[in-house]
This record gives sequence, C-alpha cells and structure tokens, in this order.
Amino acid sequence: MTSPATSTRTSRGPGFALGRFLSNNGALAGLVVLAVALSILSPSFLSTRNLLNVGVQAAVVAVLAFGVTFVIVAGGIDLSVGSVAALSGMVGAWLATTAGLPGVVALLLGLATGAAAGLVNGLLVSFGRLPAFIATLAMLSIARGLTLVVSQGSPVATPDVISALGANLGPYLPVPLLVMLLFFVIASVVLNRTYTGRAMYAIGGNEEAARLSGINVRGQQLAIYALSGLFAAVAGMLLAGRLSSAGPQAANGYELDAIAAVVIGGASLSGGVGRASGTLIGALVLAVLRNGLNLLGVSPFWQQVVIGVVIALAVLLDTLRRRGR
Amino acid sequence: MTELPAEQRRGPGGDAGAGQAAGELLRVEGITKRFTGALALDGVDFQVRAGEVHVLLGENGAGKSTLVKVLAGVHNPDRGTVHVDGKPVRITSPQHARALGIAVIYQELTLVPELTVAENLFLGRQPRRFGLVDKARVRRDSVALLERVGLRVDPATPVKQLGIAQQQMVEIARALDLNARVLVLDEPTAVLTDTETERLLTIMGELRDQGVGLVFITHHLEEIRRIADRITVLRDGRSVGVLPAGSSVEAMIELMVGRAIEDQYPRRAGEPGEVLLSIDGLTRKGVFSDVSLRVRAGEVVGIAGLVGAGRTEVVRAAFGVDHYDSGTVTVAGERLPGGDVRAAMRAGLGLVPEDRKGQGLVLSSSVGENLGLVTMRAATRAGFVDRAGQRRRAEEMAAALRVKTSGLNQTVRELSGGNQQKLVIGKWLLADPKVLVLDEPTRGVDVGAKVEIYELVNRMTASGRGVLLVSSDLPEVIGMSDRVVVMAHGRVAGELSTEGLTQDQVMALAVQEPQQQAAEREQPQQQAAGD
Ligand SMILES: Nc1ncnc2c1ncn2[C@@H]1O[C@H](COP(=O)(O)OP(=O)(O)OP(=O)(O)O)[C@@H](O)[C@H]1O
Ligand SMILES: [Mg+2]
Repeated sequence: MTSPATSTRTSRGPGFALGRFLSNNGALAGLVVLAVALSILSPSFLSTRNLLNVGVQAAVVAVLAFGVTFVIVAGGIDLSVGSVAALSGMVGAWLATTAGLPGVVALLLGLATGAAAGLVNGLLVSFGRLPAFIATLAMLSIARGLTLVVSQGSPVATPDVISALGANLGPYLPVPLLVMLLFFVIASVVLNRTYTGRAMYAIGGNEEAARLSGINVRGQQLAIYALSGLFAAVAGMLLAGRLSSAGPQAANGYELDAIAAVVIGGASLSGGVGRASGTLIGALVLAVLRNGLNLLGVSPFWQQVVIGVVIALAVLLDTLRRRGR
Repeated sequence: MTELPAEQRRGPGGDAGAGQAAGELLRVEGITKRFTGALALDGVDFQVRAGEVHVLLGENGAGKSTLVKVLAGVHNPDRGTVHVDGKPVRITSPQHARALGIAVIYQELTLVPELTVAENLFLGRQPRRFGLVDKARVRRDSVALLERVGLRVDPATPVKQLGIAQQQMVEIARALDLNARVLVLDEPTAVLTDTETERLLTIMGELRDQGVGLVFITHHLEEIRRIADRITVLRDGRSVGVLPAGSSVEAMIELMVGRAIEDQYPRRAGEPGEVLLSIDGLTRKGVFSDVSLRVRAGEVVGIAGLVGAGRTEVVRAAFGVDHYDSGTVTVAGERLPGGDVRAAMRAGLGLVPEDRKGQGLVLSSSVGENLGLVTMRAATRAGFVDRAGQRRRAEEMAAALRVKTSGLNQTVRELSGGNQQKLVIGKWLLADPKVLVLDEPTRGVDVGAKVEIYELVNRMTASGRGVLLVSSDLPEVIGMSDRVVVMAHGRVAGELSTEGLTQDQVMALAVQEPQQQAAEREQPQQQAAGD
C-alpha cells in the first residue's frame, strides 16, 4: 500500500527510534527520570523492601485505574470507583464476619456487589441517558452511604481469604503486586483482544460511527461500566486485605488517583485513546512520587500540591506534544 | 547581458519586486513537509496571482491539503520559503495567515455543531456594542451573507441540524466575509450538488474579477475545465507540471495518475434477479412521504435529487438509523422492525453514510481497526476477536482500494480526505451485505480510485448483491446505475432508465415543485421504467 518511495525514506538511526519511543511514552520517560532522581537523592529508595512497598502502594490505585481505563477509552468517566471499592470490601468483610458466610462466598459476593454497582452506572448512562459524570457521581455518594449503613460507621474485620490478598507469598512476594500484574494482563487482553475492548475504542472515538457499524453501543456500555465496578471491587478487596479490615472511609478520594493514573498514562478524556500499559505506568508514577516525597520528608500537605502539579504537567506535555505534530 | 530600458524591465502592472511576476500575491518555493511515515510535500513550488483561479490537482494523498495547511499556518514546513507580496514570511498560525490576507476553507468542516449558523459565521469576531455581542447586527449580516451563497436557512438554526452540503455553504459564506486577498478552497464542491456548485463557481468568478487570487482543489475535472486559469499537478508530494487553462480532461488525468483512464464509469450490468430491497410507502412526516423503490439482485439503483430532497433521510430511515412514521422496508423477504440498525444488518442491509467524519470513521483509531469495524462481530468467537483474520482482510481491502497509508496501524486522522473515504466504503465492502446503500460514496475520491471503487461495485452485483447508490454527482449516478429514482421535496418524482439518459432529464424531474408532482400523480406515470 505504501509507495516504496515513502517507506525507504522513513528509516532512521536507532537514536531516532529511542527518542521517538520516549516521546510517545512520556509517562515512561517521566517514571525513569523520577526513579533515577530519587535513587540519587535517597539511598533507601532502591532497596528491595522499598521498591516492593512502592509496588504494593501502586497496586490498589492501578487495579482501580485499569477499570477506569475501560470507561475513559469508551468516552465516559467513572467517579464512583473509590466508593464502590469500599462498599465491595465492606460487603465481603461483613458477610463473613457478621453474617457468618464462608470467606470465599463472602469474597465472591463482595466482587458481585462491585459489578452490580457498575452495572447500575451503565444502566443510568446507556438507557437512562444520564451524563456519565452525573450518574457515577450519584453512585459515588450512594455506594459510600451504603458502606456506612452496612458497617454502621466502624471497621469490620476481614475473613482470611481477603486478608491473604494483602499478605506476602513466601518471605518476600507481596500478593497485591501479583494481583496488580494479573489484572494488568487481564486489562490488556480485554482492551486488545476482546470484542468489548475493541468496541470501547470505537464507541469512545465516534459513538455514531460505532452504532452505524452495528456495534450494540448500549449493551457494550453496560459491560464496560460493570467491568469498571468489578475492577473496583478487586481493588477494594486488596485494600481491605492489606489492613485486615474493611473501613467505612476506605479508598476515599481514590477515584481521583485512578483517573490521574489513566490520564498520566496517555489516555484521552475525550475517549478513543488509552492503553493498559500507560495506566500501569501512571499508577507507578503516582506511587513512586508519593514514596519519594515521604523518603525526602516532604510534608503531606506539600505532597498534595506536588502531585497536583505533576498531573497538570503530564497532561500539558501530552497536549503540547500532540499539537506539535 | 545588455541593459534593458527601464520600461521593459518592469512588468505590465508596473511591478518592481525582485523576481516577482505581475500581480503575484503569494509564492512558495521548495516547500518540504515530512510527517512520521510519509513525505507529504517534496520541494513544491507554487504561485498565486491576483485575479486568477489556480487549481491544485492530484491523486488522494498527493499533498494538496498539506500545501494548503502550510499556507494557512497550520503546518510548519520543514524546508522552503513563502513569500507574500514579494516579502519572505513565516506563517506561524492561522491568525497570522488571516492577517496576511489568506482565508482558507478546509477540506473537513470546521463549524461548531452546537452553535447556530449566525454564531458560526461570526465565530471569534462578533461585532460588539458596549462590550456585548451586537445580536441584531449579527443577524442582519448573517442574512446578507447567506443570501450571497444562496442558502435559505434561518441564521438561528443550530448547525448540527443542517445537512452536510448546507454546512459547507455556511463555511463558504464565512470565508467570503473575511475579504481575503487569497482565498483557498480545499474541495468545497465535494459535498455540493450541481446547483450549489454552479453558484459557488459564479461567486469564484466574481472574486477573480475583483482581483482576488483563488486556490481551488477539486476532483471534478469538469469544474476545472470551467474555471481554472492554471493547474498545478501534484504527484507524491512533488509538482509534476503546470497545465494551462482549457486543458483537456485526458491531459489532466494523464499528468495526475501517470496513465490514461479508459472508462470513467465502467458499469457492467447483468440480468436482474429477485427483489432484495423493497421500500414501500415510507413516510416520515415533514421529511419524506410515500417513498417506494426496489433493488433487485445484480442491480445498481441510483437515487438522484437536489440537496434537501430527502434522499439521505430515506436511506437512513430504511437502515434503521432514524425512525419513520409509516411504510415498510423489506430485505430479502424479511420485513425490518424499523429503528434498529442491527436488525437491518442481520437481514443483510448495509449503509455507507454520507458524512465520513461524523458517522463513518473512528478518526482516533487505526486504518485496520476501521476497516474491521463492521466485520468484527462475525469475527468474534467467545468474546475474542480473530485479529489475524481481521488484519488479513483489512490488508486485502486496503490494497484493493489503494489506500495510501504507512500501514494498518496508522491513525485514520492522519490520512488524506480521499483515503479516509476509501475506508468508509472498504469496511462495508468487507462485510459483503446483500444490499449495500452507498450515500455519496466517492466524495473526495480521485478519478483513478473512483474507477477502482466502481469495479468493486460491479463485483458485488455480479455475485448477486444489490446496490442503492445515492449521489449528487450526476455523471456518476447515470454512469453507474441501471436505473435512477429521482426525488424532489421528499417524494419520488419519477424513475428513469439510464439507457441514453441525460443530466437534463434528471434535473427536470429533480426541480419539480410539489404542485406539479401532485398533478402528475393524478395521471398515470409514463416515465416509470425498470419495474
Ligand atoms: N498529520 C499527519 N500525520 C501523518 N501523515 C499525514 C498527516 N497529514 C497528512 N499526512 C500524509 O501526507 C500525505 C498527503 O496528504 P494530503 O492530505 O495533503 O493529501 P491530499 O492531496 O489532500 O489528498 P486528498 O485528495 O485525499 O484530500 C498523505 O499520505 C497523508 O497520509
Ligand atoms: Mg485533501
């Protein structure tokens, strides 16, 4: 298809290829710079223990963010994931500890709760024609409220299966890290290989064209929001497992970190663009940044400011890069 | 070298700029622009004089729009110089281009759909009074501007309610008001019907007489013959020659594609088979009424008519995109439920929509992804898409349509307009429906690629499929259809066999007024043919 003339003209040296790779993966470049800088500034940054710690820190946000990636690629937004994570963890813990169900059953029902909350989001958006922002904002409030109702305002201990999600496998390997990698693979496969994943790109890129090509836009939206809810539930279990208890205020505000991770990872909030690998890097950037600021003894108040600035910079650079073409 | 007398050294216009020809407004030299994956312009020279229509001609992806965007300050050239009034300039932004007197009508529409016609016309330059937008004046001026281009719509209409041809006329009206010295028009006539094209060419003629320099891009070679003073031909980013006014269509084709084209409309009709698509008494109040037509296996049926005749509305309703109030649509014996695109597709209907950017393509996705959009469902097993198969089919279709791209992974947004259009057709050709409705399928496609699309249409009908072809391009409708249904004011004004049919005969039906139609319906139709 390409005329031979143009294809020969495009070959360049390896330096060019590396430059292009990094400019196309701004978040990765940022992560590398950040890691190098921190390893110079703080000797303890590169220790195995600290790095594993960073991975664990990143895990919850990353899993949340994979779910949000689906929604954002499909041109929507999901503000409810933090609350849905808390609700799912709470339901899992409460069913086992208070209602006395077997731990595995409680875990599965907790996950189902998350998927159901996502499904309701999907119904409101696709059939209810509510803007995603409004529908999921409502769910943010509803799910948090339900968490408080179920817990009656105090933390509930988690059953062993859920606690195991927050523990180590053998002496070193933290389970959250493994779960994060597993869901990274799942998210990549969903986005790249499945019908629903490809439909996300089509719907987010041009909903009308998707509809006229025979894609069941509403049906797919249900699936997409339900997936986001399910991923949020998994994140909720990780969080509860790490603390061995589900708290009523768990994951408060995590939706913002999740969205930030997706956007830092190169997804476009107008839909149609985004990758699981980008989101993973976005979540790692946030975790490394928080960890580094802690190691350097920066006050938590200033950390908020720095993270806000980084998010703005990441998106700004991305827009500039796009415009520069 | 002997010194010439002063009078002779000067051009006829008394022009004294160094090396500058008479009345030259704009000159670019050696313009080169490379995108990742493609060299779009490769040392192009080009000039625009006052009072000329300078046509840019070339195949899809030759670099025409890229050159336009360099002049408009959208793209920064890698190499080369731009002179305005003999002075070298670097055009840094669209605003800068405007300030230099260059106005551009882009190939893709740039209107804001949510805003009204009037707001779009004065976007960013509303007349103000006491710091507020002077609405009365905006309205008054809008009416005058719309009058000038002959568009009869209320300036308070939101642009998204207009058809694509009407939107194009709004773009033109907006550019006219800029009082540019150089007016660049990138395929403005692609979405227009003859009447509007006529009007635009007249306006362009007037501007030329007023000394405006016009740059005009079109794939309709007849228009070039009518209005061009000079024709610069681009091929693969290079200027391969300049043709004078009055050059023959054959000469243009030869220089543009490097070979002659035997037959521009290579329709091979066979014996029609059973009825595949039957639209009966389809009515949507206030839009179209009592529309009936049939498409048989092996047949290409054309629908002709003016803009606003309801052609697009009818086929959209038939495909289930919009609702209708009464009537039936039957595909291969199966009556469609109405308002359900997927049911229509399952029954074997397909629609290539007229608006590629709005309805046809996912611009942010890749070439391969777009080509596979319709076939994706069929290629899915247990939720997983057969990507290798999709890729292979996409490769084949891209090759058959000669899509100019750096590969299946290239983002569609980066393709030239005509190559984007090929993808909209390609994804439906891959789906191979029983009846394919093509709504303005060759908009912006170059003459060579059109023939390839027509050959694929021939292949469809030869294998027992049916095609319904909606087109404002009369030679195309007549040349490629076996019979033509002419619509006027939302009704079928008549049906004509294309044997020996002339454009005038089609137009005579297309411009019929509603009363005239009613009168004719009283008498038995003598023009009905083919059915
Ligand atoms: N932003 C971009 N990024 C990468 N490649 C591009 C970009 N814009 C244009 N191109 C490439 O440059 C070449 C010339 O494109 P251009 O739009 O100028 O063609 P054109 O002559 O206007 O064609 P058409 O008749 O189809 O409108 C094409 O191969 C196209 O794919
Ligand atoms: Mg173009």
